[in-house]
Order: sequence, then structure tokens, then C-alpha cells
Amino acid sequence: MTIASAATSTRLAEIAGPANVISDPVQLAACAIGAQIPAAAVRPGSSDEVAEIVRFAAAEKLAVVPLGAKTKLSMGLPPARFDLALDMTRLDRMSAYDPGDLTLSVEPGIPLARLAGILAGHRQFVPLAVPFASRATAGGTIAAGIDSPLRQYYGTARDFVLGMEFVTGDGVAAKSGGRVVKNVSGYDLHKLMIGALGTLGVITRINFRTFPLPAAMLAFTAAFPSAAQAIDLRHRVAQSPLRPLTVEILAPGAVEMLSSDIAARIQARPAPADSFPKGQWIFTASFAGNEKVLDRYKRDLTQMAEQSTGNGAANCAIYGDVKIPDAFPRQREFAAIALESSPAATILKLSVLPTRMENLLAAVAAAAQAAELRWAAMARGLGIVYAALLPETRDEAARRAVAEAVSKIVAACATMDANASVPWCPVEWKSTLPVWGLERGDFEQMRKLKKMFDPAGTLSPGRFAGGI
Amino acid sequence: MDRRLLQDLEKLLGPRGVLHKSEDLLLYEYDGSVETARPDCVVFPRSMADVVGIVRLANSHQTPIVGRGAGTGLSGGAIARHGGIIVSFSRMNRVLEIDAENQRARVQPGVVNADLSLAVAHTGLHFAPDPSSQKACTIGGNVSENSGGPHTLAYGVTTNHVVALDVVLPTGELLHLGSSALDPVGYDLPGVFVGSEGTFGLVTEITVKLTRLPEAVKTLLGIFNSIDDATESVAEITARGITPAACEMMDGWTIRAVEDYIHAGFPLDCAAILLIDVDGLREVVDAEAEEVADVCRVHRARDVRVARDAHERDLLWKGRKNAFGAAGRLASSYYTQDGVIPRTKLPATLRRIGEISRKYNLQIGNVFHAGDGNLHPIILFDERNQQQFRDTVRAADEIIEFCIQSGGSITGEHGVGMEKDRLMPLLFSEDDLALMQRVRSAFNPAGLLNPGKIFPNSKGCGEIYVRPQSSAGAVPA
Repeated sequence: MTIASAATSTRLAEIAGPANVISDPVQLAACAIGAQIPAAAVRPGSSDEVAEIVRFAAAEKLAVVPLGAKTKLSMGLPPARFDLALDMTRLDRMSAYDPGDLTLSVEPGIPLARLAGILAGHRQFVPLAVPFASRATAGGTIAAGIDSPLRQYYGTARDFVLGMEFVTGDGVAAKSGGRVVKNVSGYDLHKLMIGALGTLGVITRINFRTFPLPAAMLAFTAAFPSAAQAIDLRHRVAQSPLRPLTVEILAPGAVEMLSSDIAARIQARPAPADSFPKGQWIFTASFAGNEKVLDRYKRDLTQMAEQSTGNGAANCAIYGDVKIPDAFPRQREFAAIALESSPAATILKLSVLPTRMENLLAAVAAAAQAAELRWAAMARGLGIVYAALLPETRDEAARRAVAEAVSKIVAACATMDANASVPWCPVEWKSTLPVWGLERGDFEQMRKLKKMFDPAGTLSPGRFAGGI
Repeated sequence: MDRRLLQDLEKLLGPRGVLHKSEDLLLYEYDGSVETARPDCVVFPRSMADVVGIVRLANSHQTPIVGRGAGTGLSGGAIARHGGIIVSFSRMNRVLEIDAENQRARVQPGVVNADLSLAVAHTGLHFAPDPSSQKACTIGGNVSENSGGPHTLAYGVTTNHVVALDVVLPTGELLHLGSSALDPVGYDLPGVFVGSEGTFGLVTEITVKLTRLPEAVKTLLGIFNSIDDATESVAEITARGITPAACEMMDGWTIRAVEDYIHAGFPLDCAAILLIDVDGLREVVDAEAEEVADVCRVHRARDVRVARDAHERDLLWKGRKNAFGAAGRLASSYYTQDGVIPRTKLPATLRRIGEISRKYNLQIGNVFHAGDGNLHPIILFDERNQQQFRDTVRAADEIIEFCIQSGGSITGEHGVGMEKDRLMPLLFSEDDLALMQRVRSAFNPAGLLNPGKIFPNSKGCGEIYVRPQSSAGAVPA
């Protein structure tokens, strides 16, 4: 690490106030991404300050990484350069909330938990049941593009972020979209910001659509000896008129991982799957509605599960005492729990058309077994699969085993038009794993866009796909 | 137009693939808006290779290119503002693949919106975006304009249903954006492409999500003696946490115009009606229909009717979807706005539109997607009356200004195009617009594709920004 020059510190202090410039090595170390420790950190208090800091950084050729609660900094590649951490946590205000309009405008540093509390007071919510939920900020969650089990019903951020304000790499404050639910004025630039890991702009405001909180919810689980049966149930639900809020399938390794002591430490609420015998594939779903609707779901899901077993007897359970809207908090925390479950946890995010889910899960199982790795997989009903490889050690042998398994899985994905990336792995392995999957034909177009937003490469250089 | 270019286009596409005689071009001067401009020629590609060939030729002659579907757009998006080549996708109209199990369809851009839903109806699925022009408009056009429709209240607009696109950039480059499986790696390129109003690239193939048809649907007709009661009912339906599949409002004047034309069964003496669809599981529909009816009654609805069967439901919806056609029977010209307001501002906005109507002594009918605050006031005028024409433009502007002051937008689903480019600075700063233009240049560096759209400084013709819609105009969503 280098020490920020006196001139840099002085200028940052002029912009954000001396109290908001961090040069304490311990605090700076907390902002590190791998071996990259920033020379300084600054906590802007307004969008104007963000713009001024970015302009200064661009002029001084300093690389800037925006960050919030720092729960997902290890995603993507470590930045090629990292001079200045832009700590967005002071920008934590809710600037507008109109419950009657079901819209909301927040600054990026607002913790999701605080936001959920305010919305719950109006029986509303934003459908982001994401990992690290107790600490994560709205901005970090959106910038990381992390998905949520509730996407089954509510979609992802691209479906309910209505607009944004952000500061581009040349320090220009810009915006797109608006704060109404229907709007086609101008290009939807905010869609590019979702999941961009801060490589296109520093998000300074996010407008969300909010949703009414379900009044009553139930959770359903069914245990099956095989993946095929659990996936068969997924298909039956998809072809039925039912519209559950979440559908997820846990491989036996995931059941074990989510019922471990480590999981309990991260998320105290037990996983419903705890009550099933080990070694099973667990189908889980949650659904909302009035009493008649809930009865219908119970009846139909049970019946479909019986058909999926093939012998008419299914091992199902219904849970009434669930947290609304997030019925399976340990599944929500899958990534957070996986990261604590191995010294070198490597998590792949895969997506595939649902009819190929079974083949994809088989490829994951085969690759992990061939490399003699413990593994855990969780598949969402829409075809998103999180596969965690959990080596017992963090050494060269483990790296080789993981690299071998990852490359087999990525190759299998290529044969089934599936998408693959490796959002999490030990930082020292990043350069040897396909963190952003295989090069895609549209990466070149992404690089062109990056130049339009950040011509000098000031923002999070090197963290993103395609070398961006 | 350059004779060599014309010859080259004919060589590429055959003589039946190119129109260039002035009588043939007349139709292509228009879309559903009232803007006009004459293209130099219209070409009809049959494949992606044809499109690439056209783009390369246009490039070598530095001639503008404008994509076109059915020409039902309402903001001049498919008009060749600065002349050049119109690329009509009417011969690229095949449904290429239906994957019912995975709820996907792959289509060419010229497929008519309603035809896709018809093609997949046997699987119990449909393509959810449903603009009122859905029997004519194409999915390529829907992608360009990010089209909506009444049922987008619950199901979302086009962008929520597009997962992948094959596009030809104006440089001749081919790109496959997104993927059939969800969450492709990298930036959300389909997300920024959809709604770019034909200024980024020519779409040659589209992969969309298909949505399961609901098990049950109920259509309710709430009849009110006051507009305020109707708008307040809408606010309370939202406040009670109900998201109907559609929630449309028409005022008394529009109802009478429609009834005279369609005979949908709307009462002639009321001030407003709400047309509300609730759908989903039978159990959900029963409960929500009851609750919606209750809200209407609490807000003094004179009557709440439930359509007895599919026939009655279709008739009510036919009345709604033909509201603009009905307006056209009553005046020589009309102009339709497409403003958006936060839903709670509905009562205040309608009162304001009433004031504007009285101020200019203009008849303004109101038909709109009440559930998501998307207004379509229809201003009637006689185009031969110069003063009335100027007043119409002023009234339309005042409505849009009120939308913006209320925290809304200048267009909810019709697009900016040629119609509202000069209004963009009311919503966006110079920096915002400059960045959007930079993003455009990442796709369309020389500005050859659909020039003169969206951005105010791109105006080149000095013509009046809007010539109000003629009564023969197309049908807004």
C-alpha cells in the first residue's frame, strides 16, 4: 500500500471535510480487496461531493472503488489499481417515500434492514431478500446485481428499479429513468448500473418500486431421493396456475451446509429442511394469499409432490410460522454461509433454461466428485444455480482441485447455453479461475460502453467482465 | 437518391425488395403520429444477411437508415426524418421457435404482437405486453419503443419480457445481446437496448419470455357520477395492496363517444367508469373482485358490474381499446398525450386537465391506464382553425408541464421520437442528455441510424414539433 500524498488528503478534506477523510491504516485495511489496500478513503456527504471527488481522482489518475457495508467487495476480480475508497455510508437518507404511489427514493448507503423496517410500517417492502441482509446497503446490493429468491414472483432489480442518479467516471452527475412506474423517456442507463460493480458510475440515488407486504404466507417443502424428482416438481408447478413467491431446490450438500452450526451462527432461524433426513433433495416454495388461496397451494403442491415421487407418497411439510416475505432466511444467506463453511469456498453462479437444470446439476455433482470436493448447490425455480465448492484447505492442492472442477462445470455450461461465473473464491485464486466465465461476443460492446461512462478508467478498473 | 445505391439495393434484394417511386413511398411518410417525412426508398429484407447488406450499402453512401415495423408508433419513431432508407421488417415475420416448457419464444422482428400470443395459445402461454394496437404492431416495434398496454400494470412492459436480441449495428457489426437463460454475464445490454427507439441498432431476432395465462379472470365495470370518486377508488385499490391485472379509466365524454361506436354497454349518463381486470387463481380472483367492488362502492360508485362471460368481457375491452377510434369520429383532428404522474396525483391531475379544457375552450376526453398513472388525454380540434390548433398545442404542453411538476414523466409508453424531443430538457439536464448521446454513439457512432430522434439538439428541420393527430390516426396503447 502507498500512503496518500499530503496534497491528496488536503484536497479530499476540502471537499468532504477533514473528519471524513480516513487515513488510519486499520480502517483502510478494512477496505482492502485482496492485497489491494487503498491509500485513502473518503466519505462524501452529497452527490456533489461524490462528483467533485471523482473529478479530482480522474485528474490525478487515482483509481476509485465505491463501497458500502463492504459485504460483497470480494466479488468479481480485484481492481487493477486501488487508490481511493469511496465510502458511501454517509449517503444513507431516504429522500422520498410515497406509500400511496408505491415508490421510494433512497441514497445508496441506506442499510436494507433499516429500509425494510421503514417500509414494514406501511405494510410494504422491496423484494430484495439478499445475502448479508443484516448489513448490506441498497447501493451495494444493486451494484453487485445480486439476486433474491423472491425473483420467482417479483423479478430482479431490473424489473423494480425505476431510475437512478449516478456520477460517471469523469465526475459528471447524471440520471436516467424517474420515479413513476411507467416511463419511456430517454435511455434506461440505470439498467447498466445494476450488477456493474461500480465500473460505470457511482450510484448516488436509487428509485425503487415498492410492493404490498403479503398478509399471510406459508412455506412448503418436499424431500426426494433424487434431483430428478425435485426438478419434476418444479416443472409441475411451472405448468400449473400456481404463482409461488419462491421456488428453490437444495442438493443434499446444501441441506447439510444450511443446517450446520456455522449456518446457525450466521442465520439463527433454522432451515425447514433441518427436519428432513440427510441425503435428500429438498424442494422448497413459499406462497402468499388469503386462507382459501393458502389451502389451494397446500393441496395442489402436496398432490404434485406425490405425482413427482412416482409412487404417490411424498415426504412433504408445511410451515406456518415463517418470516414475511422471506420464508427461508438460510437459503437467502446461501452465499454468506458457504463462504464461512470452507477456508477456500468457491461459489459459481450458473443460469440455464429450466429443462436443462437436471443436466447442469449432474455436471456440477460429477465435477465436484471427480475433484473429491465437498459441494453444495441451490437451484432457483427460474434456472439460477448457485454451486459452492467447499475444499477443506486453502492450498495449492485445493486450488488445483477447484480449478479442475470449475473448468469442467464452465465447459458443461457452454454445451447447454448456460451462463457461468465465479463471483466468490479465495482472492489469490482469482487470476487462475474464469471469474467472469468465458469471453462472450458482446464483451467488446461492454468495453465500448465503459469508455463512454469512464473514459480514463477511474472507476473500479479491472473488477468486471471482459477486463473492464 | 443516389442511383448507384438504389441499383445496389435492388441487386441485393431483388426489384420486389425495394420501393422508390414517389407514389409507393407515400404510405411510408407516416406512422401513427402526425409527423411526416419522405424516405428516399423503402427496403424489405428477408434475413439478417440482407439487413447487414443494406447497412453496409447505406454506410458506403452515408445514407440514414430507419427501421420500421407496422408503422403504428405514436411519436414518429419509424419516420425517416432526414430521408434515407426505411428498412421495413414486414417480410421478417416468422415465429422461429416456441419453447413452451421453458416459456420462451424466438421471433423475427416483423411478427405481429397478437400473432405471437395466438401462436402459443395452445400451450396456455401468451406474450404479456398488449398495446392497444396489438393486432397490427410488431414485436420489433415493441422492442424499440418499450411498449406497454393495459395489462402491463401487473405484467410489466416489453423490457420485462425480452431476454435476448440479435442486432445489426449501423456499422454492419452483428451482436447477440443477452441470453435465453436468465442473468447473462456482464452489463445488461438488452436492458439498455430495449426502448432505445431504433437509435442503437436494427433488431433481427428477439427472444422473449412467455407468460402463463391466468386460471381465472374477472372484469369489473365501476360506474361513477363523479370523476373524483373514480380516481379516489383507484388510489384506494392500490393502497389496499391489490394489483389488478389492468385498471383503466374513461371519462363521461369518452364513454359516450365509444358507446355510440362500439355499443359496449357503457352507461351514457355517468361521469366516469373504471374497467378493472383481476386475474390469477380462482380463489384470488374471487376475493380481489369482491374487494375491488367494495372499494368502488365505498367511493360512491353508482353501480359495479361484473362481466358475466368472455363475450361481455371482450366487448368491454373492445370499447376501451377503440376509444381513440371513437374520438376520431367526432372531430376532424385530435391530439393524444402520453403523460405519467404518480398514482396519488390522479384526482389533482384530472381536475387540472378540466381547468385547461375550460381555459382554452377545448374538448378533452380522458382515457388512461389509471393503475399506473399513465394518462392519455385526447384533445379534439379542427385543423382548419389556426387558433384552435395553437391552443391545442398549448393545452397539451400545460398538461405535460403539470405531469412533470407532479414528479411524473413526458411519456409512459409512446416514446420520445420526433414528438417530444424538445421536451426532454424539462426532465433531463444537459449532462444527462450528453451521456445518453455518448451511449448512443457506442452503438451508432456516425448517427446514421434513425437520426433526429429523442434529443432536442438533433432537430434539423425547424418544423413545428407536433402537428396534432389526424382523425385517421392509429390507436395508442
